[in-house]
This record gives sequence, C-alpha cells and structure tokens, in this order.
Amino acid sequence: AQNDPNSDWEKKVTEYFKDKLKENNATNWVPSLNDVPVHYLKPNSLVKFRCMVQDMFDPEFYMGVYETVDPNTNARVLHFGKYRDVAECGPQQEIDLNSSQTVTSERQTFYCVPVPGESAWVKEISFFGLVYQARVSPSTSYTPSRHKRSYEEDEDMDLHPSKQKEQHIGSGGDIHGCVEPKRLETEASAGHHLISPNCSPPLDLNFPLPGEKGPACLVKVYESWDSFKVNDVLEVYGILSVDPVLSIVNTEERDSSALDPMECMDTAEEQRVHSPPASLVPRIHVILAQKLQHINPLLPVCLNEEESKTFVSNFMSELSPVRAELLGFLTHALLGDSLAAEYLILHLISTVYARRDVLPLGKFAVNLSGCPRNSIFTEHIYRIIQQLVPASYRLQMTIENMNHSRFIPHKDYAANRLVSGVLQLASNTSLVVDETQLEQGQLDTTGVHNVTALGNLITWQKVDYDFNYHQMEFPCNINVLITSEGRSLLPSDCQVHLQPQLTPPNMEEYMNSLLTAVLPSVLNKFRIYLSLLRLLDYSISDEVTKAVEEDFVEMRKSDPESVTADDLHRTLLVARFLSLSAGQTTLSRERWLRAKQLEALRKARLQQQKCVNGNEL
Amino acid sequence: LAAQDARSPPSQKRRTEDSTSTGELQPMPTSPPADLQSPGAADALFSSPPQFRPSPIPLDFDISSPLTYGTPSSRVEGTPRSGVRGTPVRQRPDLGSARKARQVDLHSDGVAEDVATEQTFGQKLVIWGTDVNVASCKEKFQRFLQRFIDPLAKEDEDIGLDLNEPRYMQRLEEINVVGEPFLNVNCDHLRSFDENLYRQLICYPQEVIPTFDMAANEIFFDRYPDSILEHQIQVRPYNALKTRNMRSLNPEDIDQLITISGMVIRSSQLIPEMQEAFFKCQVCAFTTRVEIDRGRIAEPSVCKNCNTTHSMALIHNRSMFSDKQMIKLQESPEDMPAGQTPYTVALFAHNDLVDKVQPGDRVNVTGIYRAVPIRINPRVSTVKSVYKTHIDVIHYRKTDSKRLHGVDEETEQKMFTEERVEMLKELSKKQDIYERLSSALAPSIYEHEDIKKGILLQLFGGSRKDFTHTGRGNFRAEINILLCGDPGTSKSQLLQYVYNLVPRGQYTSGRGSSAVGLTAYVMKDPETRQLVLQTGALVLSDNGICCIDEFDKMNESTRSVLHEVMEQQTLSIAKAGIICQLNARTSILAAANPIESQWNPKKTTTENIQLPHTLLSRFDLIFLMLDPRDEAYDRRLARHLVSLYYQTEEKMEEEYMEMAVLRDYIAYARGYVNPRLGEEASQALIEAYVDMRKIGSGRGMVSAYPRQLESLIRLAEAHAKVRFSEKVETIDVEEAKRLHREALKQSATDPRTGIVDVSILTTGMSATARKRKEELAQALRKLIQSKGKAPTLKYQQLFDDIRAQSDTAVTKEMFEEALRALADDDFLTVTGKTVRLL
Repeated sequence: AQNDPNSDWEKKVTEYFKDKLKENNATNWVPSLNDVPVHYLKPNSLVKFRCMVQDMFDPEFYMGVYETVDPNTNARVLHFGKYRDVAECGPQQEIDLNSSQTVTSERQTFYCVPVPGESAWVKEISFFGLVYQARVSPSTSYTPSRHKRSYEEDEDMDLHPSKQKEQHIGSGGDIHGCVEPKRLETEASAGHHLISPNCSPPLDLNFPLPGEKGPACLVKVYESWDSFKVNDVLEVYGILSVDPVLSIVNTEERDSSALDPMECMDTAEEQRVHSPPASLVPRIHVILAQKLQHINPLLPVCLNEEESKTFVSNFMSELSPVRAELLGFLTHALLGDSLAAEYLILHLISTVYARRDVLPLGKFAVNLSGCPRNSIFTEHIYRIIQQLVPASYRLQMTIENMNHSRFIPHKDYAANRLVSGVLQLASNTSLVVDETQLEQGQLDTTGVHNVTALGNLITWQKVDYDFNYHQMEFPCNINVLITSEGRSLLPSDCQVHLQPQLTPPNMEEYMNSLLTAVLPSVLNKFRIYLSLLRLLDYSISDEVTKAVEEDFVEMRKSDPESVTADDLHRTLLVARFLSLSAGQTTLSRERWLRAKQLEALRKARLQQQKCVNGNEL
Repeated sequence: LAAQDARSPPSQKRRTEDSTSTGELQPMPTSPPADLQSPGAADALFSSPPQFRPSPIPLDFDISSPLTYGTPSSRVEGTPRSGVRGTPVRQRPDLGSARKARQVDLHSDGVAEDVATEQTFGQKLVIWGTDVNVASCKEKFQRFLQRFIDPLAKEDEDIGLDLNEPRYMQRLEEINVVGEPFLNVNCDHLRSFDENLYRQLICYPQEVIPTFDMAANEIFFDRYPDSILEHQIQVRPYNALKTRNMRSLNPEDIDQLITISGMVIRSSQLIPEMQEAFFKCQVCAFTTRVEIDRGRIAEPSVCKNCNTTHSMALIHNRSMFSDKQMIKLQESPEDMPAGQTPYTVALFAHNDLVDKVQPGDRVNVTGIYRAVPIRINPRVSTVKSVYKTHIDVIHYRKTDSKRLHGVDEETEQKMFTEERVEMLKELSKKQDIYERLSSALAPSIYEHEDIKKGILLQLFGGSRKDFTHTGRGNFRAEINILLCGDPGTSKSQLLQYVYNLVPRGQYTSGRGSSAVGLTAYVMKDPETRQLVLQTGALVLSDNGICCIDEFDKMNESTRSVLHEVMEQQTLSIAKAGIICQLNARTSILAAANPIESQWNPKKTTTENIQLPHTLLSRFDLIFLMLDPRDEAYDRRLARHLVSLYYQTEEKMEEEYMEMAVLRDYIAYARGYVNPRLGEEASQALIEAYVDMRKIGSGRGMVSAYPRQLESLIRLAEAHAKVRFSEKVETIDVEEAKRLHREALKQSATDPRTGIVDVSILTTGMSATARKRKEELAQALRKLIQSKGKAPTLKYQQLFDDIRAQSDTAVTKEMFEEALRALADDDFLTVTGKTVRLL
C-alpha cells in the first residue's frame, strides 16, 4: 500500500501490531533493547524498550508523504515518511521538496533512559522469562555473555542477509555485524561502554543516577503524545532506526554551519544533544506505547485483563503464608526486630494513591533510627530491599555527596535539555537514604538546596525542577526509607527505632547467608507480593468510620496533649497498609485495633529511647 | 506569488535570468509608465535611481512586486509624489526568507501562468496560490486605516489618542512626527472591521503584508508628502488570534501569521546575513550581484563579460547584509500541562528587531511560522525527513513591560472567554459567594473558617492607591497575614495550597532562606563576565504572594529586609556597584511556630513566637491556629480525615475543577475590579476606628493605630472585590471589622487580663504588663532604700526579700527586668551576684 496515500493504513498498522502482539506470547519474541546491545539488533526491525521518559524535546515536523523524481526519466514516486528518520530515495532519484503532494506531519520525540535504579533481578527475569510465562527464545541470536555464545551463532548472524531495501543502509548494518563483534563481546560482559573513542568529549547520556548503564534512546511518538509525562515508565514497541546517516548529519552540519544560515539555529551543544550518534543513542519509531503500572516482570503487565485476574486471585489465596514468610525474612534482616520488620512491610507497599489539593495521600516515609553507625548494616538492608523491589537507589548522605551531587534536574538552555538529577525517579522507586554516613560539616549552597529538595520530596512528594527562570513542580511517588542513628534531620511520616535482638559477629556473613537461604521461588513470591499489593484498591465502611471517630474522640479525651490530628493520619495510614498487606481491601475493626497497637508499641519504644538518652546525658 | 499579468512575459523572463546573476542592471522594461500590472517593477525603478546609489533594493523587481511598495495608481494619475520616491524601500527579511523556495517551485512545475486572471484587466488579479487580490486588498486596508475607530478603546491604553477619530490615521500622524516608520496594527481591530481581510492576512501574510505596506505608504505620503523617513513604512500586525499557545502549533500553521506568548531563554549574537553578494571579475572588473537563494550564494563561475572562468571574486564591502538574530522562546510556565517539559521554538529577528528582547523577558510574538527541510549533505540526495521550524518575527510585545507603569499585568495576560466571564459574574451574584469561595479554599484542611476567609481576602487584595503627588508614595494594597500556632495544625499545608493556587507565588522556608535568597543578589555571569542582578523570592513574587514557612526560624538579618517590603513594597539594593530599588508588591503569608513547641496560652503572642513587634505590626491579620480541645470538633475532624483515606478519584476531580474556577475568579477580580470607598462605608470605617480607640482610652491606653485603620480599609476593599463590586459598602466594612476583631481576639488578648490590647502587637507588651513592671521596679527601689546605707547587696538575698514582700508571684525574669530598669535610672549596677548602689 506504499503508493496509495489515501488509504488509512496508519490505523491499520497500529491495529495489526496490536493484534499480532496479543497472539501467543508474541511480546516475548520481540527483542528488547534493554537486554540486547544495539549492535546485535537488526536495523529497521521491530524492537521493544522498557524505559522512563527523561526529557521531552520539541515536536518535530517531518515529511509524512514525499515525492521523488528521477531526473533522467522524470518518473515520480510517492513515499511515506512515517516511522523513518531519513527520507530515502534511490541512487538515481531526487526528492522534490516543493512537490504539492508533500504532506507535513508532526511527531514528538522523547528522550528515554532505562528505568533508573532497576534491580538486576528485573533485568534477568524479563530476559529469561523464568516464571510468569514460558519464554520462547528471542528472535535475535544474542544471549547475555554469561551464556557463552557459540561461534556458529556469530557466523549465523553475519551471514544473515539484511533485508534493507537501500544499499547503503545494508552496508552500514554489515559493518556493524562484521567489524565489531570482537569488541562487543567484551563490552557485553562489562556492560556497555558508552564512551566511544571517536566521540570526544564523551556525550553525557543524562542518566538520573550516577553509574547507570544501558542504552538511552530517542523515542519518536506519532500519536497522543500529550498523554505521556516526564518520568512515566513506558514500554514501547517500535522500529529501531540506527541509520549511520544520522550520525553523519552531525558532523556535516557542524562543518557547514558557517555557510548555511538556516542551520545555525542551534548551537553545537544542542546539536550534539538532540541528534547524538545513532550507534550510541538509537531511535525508536513507536508503533505501540503503553504506560506501565509497574515494571515487575513477575506480574502480568496489565492487571485489568481477564487472564491476569485469575493470576491475582490465585496469588491472593496464598497470601498469608507469603506474608508470614516475608515478615520472618525481614525480621532476620533487621536483626530480629519484628516490629521494625512489620513497619518495613507497610513502607514497602505504600504508594501515593491520590492527592488532595497539595496533600499526597498514601505516602509512608519511614525513618529507621537506631541503626549502628559506620557499619555495613545499612548497606545490607539496602541489598535486601534491592532484592525485593523492582527499582531502588541508595543515597549516601555524606557532606561530600550533598554538596557535590546533582539532586534536582535542571534545564540546560545551551543544550536545550533537562539535565537529570538523582531525584528524577520513576514512580514507586525505593529511595534508601543512609544518614548514618553523615558527619559534621558545612553544607554549601548546593548542599542546602539538595537537603531542602529531599525534604520537599518526602513531605509533598514533588520535586521542583529548576528551569533557571522559574521552577516547575513535578509530582512524584517515591518510597523513602531513612536509616539513621538518632532521629533523622529529614522529615518522615513515622520513626521506628530499631531494637536488635541479636548481634551477629560477622554482619557480612550473616546477611549473605540470609540471602542465600531464601529459595528463588520464595523470593519471587515476595516480589510479587510487594508489587501486587500496591495496586489494590481500598475503602473504609461507614460503620468502621464511626468506630474510628469514637476511638479518636476517646483518645483525645484521655490524653489531649499527645494525640493530634497527625497521629490519626498516621494510624489511618498504618491501618490502610496493614489491611492491604493481609490482602483485605476494607478496614475492619480488628485491623484498626491492631494498627493502634502497633503505633502504641512504636511510640513506647521512642519514649523509652528518649529516657535512655536523657539518662545518659 | 507575483502579481504579474500574464501579458508581461518579458519581466518574467528577466527574473529567471536574474537569479542566475546576469548583471546589475538590465535594460528597463520597455513599457514602464502605463504598465498597471507590474507596479512594483515600475515603481522601484523610480524609487531608486540606479545611477545614484548602489541600491539596497532587490533587483528582482517582479517577484517583489508586492514587496516593493509604491503607488502605481498615483503615477497614472500623474500626481507627483516626491515623498514616495525619495524614501527608500527597505527589504523585509521577516517576510522574505522562504519566498524563493516557492518561486522556484512555481517555475519548475511549469506553472508559468502564476497569476490567475479573473478578468481581463489587472484589477482582479489574485496572487498565485492564494485568493488575495492585490488591488482590492489594498483598497480594503486603506479603508480600514482611514475609517477604523475602536469602539472598545480604553483611555489608559492609548495615551494621547483621540478615541473618536480614526485610530490608525492618528498613528500615521505620529509616524510623521516621530519618524519611526513602523505601523503596528492590531489584528483584532482588523478582524472586527473586515473578517475576510483578516483571514487573508492570517493565511497569506507573506503576500498580504507587503500589500498593506503599499497601502499605508500611499496614504501616508499622500498626507505628508514632505515627510522624510528613514525608509518606507512597514506594517507590523500583532495580536493575531490564530494561535496563542506554543503547544497548539501544528503543521497547518506553517507559513501563516501566528501570535504566541512565551519567555525568551536565549538569544544569539547578531548574525550579519548576506542578502546579496557582490562579485567582481578580476580580469575585466565587470561586476555582478547575486541574491541569496535558500541560504546559499551561487558563485558565478564564468564572467558574463569576458568569459573568463573562475575570475569572479566576492567583494565583501559592497555586498549587502541584514542583521539577524536567533532567539529561543520557551513556553510560559502557565501554559504548560502538569508533568511535561516546556516546548521551545526558534525565532528569527531581523533588522531593528534584533536585540529588542533579552533572555528572561516575557513576550508576545507575532510572526510567520516557517518549516525548512534539513539537507543532510548537498552532495547526497537523501534528506533528513524532518523540518526545522522557526518563526520570522514581525512584531514583539513584551508582556511585562507594562509593569514599569504600575499597571497590573495580569489584566493583559489572562484572557477570559466571554462565557467564562459570564460564568464568573453569575457566580459573583450569589449571596453566599464569600462563604463559597472560602470553603473551596484548601478543602483538605479542616475548619479554620476565619483563617481561610482571611487568606481569601489576601488573595484578592485591596485597591492600589497612589499618593505620590502628596509625597507619601504608594499605599500598600497587599494584605499580610501571619499564622501562628501549634505544630501539626496544617499551617504548612495551607501555605502550600496558596502557593499552588496563585500564578506568582513563591514558597520559602525561613530556615533555608537567607536575606540574599529573599531579596536579590549580584552574580557574575560566567560567560560575559558581566554583573547580573538575580532576584530572590520576594521580587519574584511581585504581584503575587510570598509564602514563608517557619517564619520564626528566620535569622535576624533576613527578617530585617522584610520591614521595607511589608510596608513600602519595595526593595532597595546597594551591592557591588549596583544601587537600585525593585518593586516587591507582594503579600506575605507567613507561618510561625511557638518558641516552646506548644502554644502557651499564658503568654502573649509576642512572647510565644518571639518576633519583633515592629514586624508583627506590619501584619494585617495574625491568626492563631490552635488545636481546639472539644469533643464535637474531634469527631468532625476524625470523620473528615477518614474520608480522605478512601475517597474516590472522581470526587478529587470535582475539587480540582473548583480550584480552576477559584483561580480564574481571583484573577478576574484582581484584574478588573477596583473598588473605591463609598460614602457610607467611609463613615462606617471612621466609626469603627473611633470605637477601637475608645475601647482603649477608657483604660488609659491606645488600642488602635492608623495602621489598623489602613488594614481595615484594605480588608473592606478586598471583600468588595470578592463581590465584584466597584464600590465598598457597609457590609464590606462590617466583615472587615469582624475578621479584624476575630484575629485580634486571638492574637492580641492579654493573657493576664483577658482584654484585647493592640499594644501587645505594636509594642510587644501589653499595657498592664508594662504597668506591672514599673510597679515592681518601684517596690524594689523602696526595698533597697529601706535597707539603709549598705553599699552592696547580695543578689539572691534581694530576690528572696522582694518575693517575700510582694503579694503576687515574682519570677526571676521579672526581678531581673526590674533590676535592669533601676540600673537604667543610674540607681544601681549589677555585677555578677552582687548589686552595688550608686
């Protein structure tokens, strides 16, 4: 249908792919840019990519339909420009820029990075597809380096005739195939080295977190791009474009910019950022894009579908043993403190489920105080959390870190992009702030800003991105766990003082054995448990509301000084998560009492701590 | 494109030759004088006699026929127009940069007949590709200029214009006087005058604007034949309604006239753009000109005169350049949907529009939207299938330039549709509008009705009064509010809400802000090494609200800058060689925690929050947010909180709508309603004030100061604004009084006597407390005197004695204060633990 501009093929394309991808696990056939290095993927083939929208570029106008002319024969051919970067034409043809047939269309470019802080297990499982569905081997011959690739496969790949119509692209693809595998082999094992030797200074790929790896990608969206927001997590299916011509554009343009006043609109800086070499930052022309509620590969992508409902109900039926096991596991991890473990579970399933004007509801930032100072304990706690949640980051709150790292994303107007910062995280990322690392010292301006931003993030669940001339507020949904010695200097919704029941002589060994002792299947259950419960709905019946009211009034009567509205807020939150953690979507009287009991225990502990400290002084 | 007659092929042919650079001066077309149909060509010849100067006029006469302006008709009439001829035409690069592309297109397509002749004679020609007829378009525009009287004109907008005379004729007169050859035309006026002409202007600006130029010049030089201008008048339309928002730009807008608003974020250096290259043959000195074609100059390889190859050299000095500047415009933050990043668009400014705007300026730009394909490489036929877009600027209008004149800019910025205004007005007629609005404010915060009402009035603000001529300067119209009270009474939440509600809100925390962060600081720009004044939160919230949390945690020096801001509404800066006074007409909404974490009801406000009374008295309203201890309240609070935790999404949506309405309502009232005091209201205010003074005078103290009267006036005005009333009436005064009294009752009650006493706020101490202090000092003096001639006394001994003697409890502080008072009287000195008499 390429030559018929009138057909509504565009709709059909999307429909076709939507249908095809629904068929027997077709999604697993599509190679993913997350797992497979770009070089192993065929250009112009269908790929998928799980990513977070880091920045949005300006919409671009492209030739939706264009006409080529053969100067010799004067033969005119119409082409479609959708899903392409380059308007192609044969060697004997020229593009007629002024043709009346030309249709200009609009598309939007997102700069996407892999989900920041994505846990290793998410990557592994989504590649091997171990649990949820039996995985069919992906359509490329690539497997991660731990499975040594055989020679045959290599050759097989090189011999694969590339199916490009255009010669030069074909040859470009071949070059990738033949010359680079040696180097790639090492690359694949060490992760992708992003600094290519002929590109200096190295392009900053703008990952929010330091030390992140993985492909960044320019995702071109053709429809309803208004529905996407910065920091959304997407799964896109689209056509991979790594046309080497795109990289040539770069250098050429820079050379000729002196000549051509039309091209000097953008600074060299902006050019570099907005059209980076395609080998480094590939393009994906999106056919289908969907926002992901979660990135846990153990769960069905969309929970509202019929088949996933059975999955959910199956899991819910065996919920309580899982919860008990998880509680036990975390109790061990927290050195035998079951109360802290209970609160940690509540924290891990918390999520901002709504906002009332400025107030985020459902956030539950926990301050775990009483952590031993300068020990590897906090590090191990983070390791365990990392094993349980799909995305997490450990922020070491040192003076050095606070003063020198970039927390708040800011707009770089010279390059016209949003330079990312540590606080640009996807929803439901676990942020573990390690305050035990903090020494006395001087915070400079950046440090103060960073601490303020962190405080705002915890209290209001929003980050004010710095746009130089103004600030802009981006709501977020990040679970913050603060580990500290005493009460943290950051705000939190609830402080739990750790009371270790045992002191292992070798912390490292203890934690390692703890992790190895857990069966992978059990670990997976924990993972499903935490991700799933977050997505459940919740309500409170009128009856219980009454009871809660009574209770509150009663409490206030007996002790008006210490019981405030804040306490009610917190207790309601604890009750909510307590119910959910047991798989119940309504509040029952028992749960409410249990929540009160937990709170009382927690408070008693804090009181006790205060006394201890007071005596010491 | 070109308005040529099909009958004049010679000129057509000449054009083609021209672009391949034939030579400077072709022989004139053979039939110039009577040729009605190629007016540009004929006229341009007259306006720039070639023998006199290397003309800045494009040689391409025919394509620019609508672009070179002249008065062909007048020539036919034979009236001499010295003015037209003497005034050079100036190229309009703002219109021209893409015209070649279309021109080539039209020829290569073989559409030689680029003009569709509707009638045999030239009067009904239309420009190729459009439905624009040059003659009728010109005539219509002339009629518009001559007749248009703006029925909606407001006095303040057009100073010095007679509103009953045709507006643009007066503008032309202004041009004659001032000599600035630009005529700004409001597209809205044009639309109300002639819808079709407006449509043509929007759709084919490139063709229509030159026609407008032509028309304007004709009228102008007809009227003022002897006027000398730098170049001919250029018409600059603005305020095209087509596109307001950068986000709504789409491919259909290409090559159309659009107006968008945004903020300048970057501007390039001046780029001299070559319009025309001048080549000279090195062999025979033959010269030729080559015009720029799609950004490139085709260098002639062969000399036309002596046929030497590669002998032509570019002579820079004789080439023609025009100024150009690239500017990046970013979407204004208000236009942006939540959670997305702002769009940017590139602007090209030409000639005198270069350097008109600076980064940080808010501007409305009118211009032509362009899309240009990116060529990867001239030698390769592939083309990147993406266009580069930009806007050729025709007109800038700075949105905040008005601020200099002290006019509220939100009037300009916020555009309301008529239905919206109707809706708001309808709403304002409701009896309970005041209560409605106050309950829509921060619904998640429970009760505190009066505080919400106070904040509501703060959002509306009083009327601005100018007493500059009497030497008192501006009276502040902004209402300042301080909230103090127990921690955990959602003060911060209220602040956050307000900050999110108003367009120019700033939120800072007293703990984290320094004086510098609040006011302004001077910074060295790393690139230009220039000193730049960076403004802080207070200046940024000019015309808005500055929310300061943890007000009590602010250090002394920071707080001191607030003194000026809160009364004079300005900020003076003298730093690093920059001395200036910035406007900071901001309302301050501050929240403070009591010094001992819990509010001590036994102490006064000043004692509780430890703020200097000089600062406290600058707050119009001071509210206490206390945790009421009563069962019914607790019950309602509990129900409210529980409902928060399971409410459905839809309910939330509803509330969000409310917030938008509230925001518009406030913006409208702030922009359009400016209530004045009525007779009755004035009387009521006087009475209220006298009453307040009376209360105090009965006990020998002053309980109200002029500042309180001013506060009352502001509150009354704000309340009138809530009703959209232009007149302050008695009910407004009543509510102002009530609210003021409520606030006073809470914050200025002397805890010892239970009497409302303003001096707690104005002097930091209640009158009774002062009296008690004096009494104690006297008692102490007597005690010491009764002890006889001992030169030194033990401190502790004295303290015990006075406690034994006094019938009320004497605290250590009180005792020390009394000692200090006596020391001030040179009666004694205190050194360590001994008291020495003098």
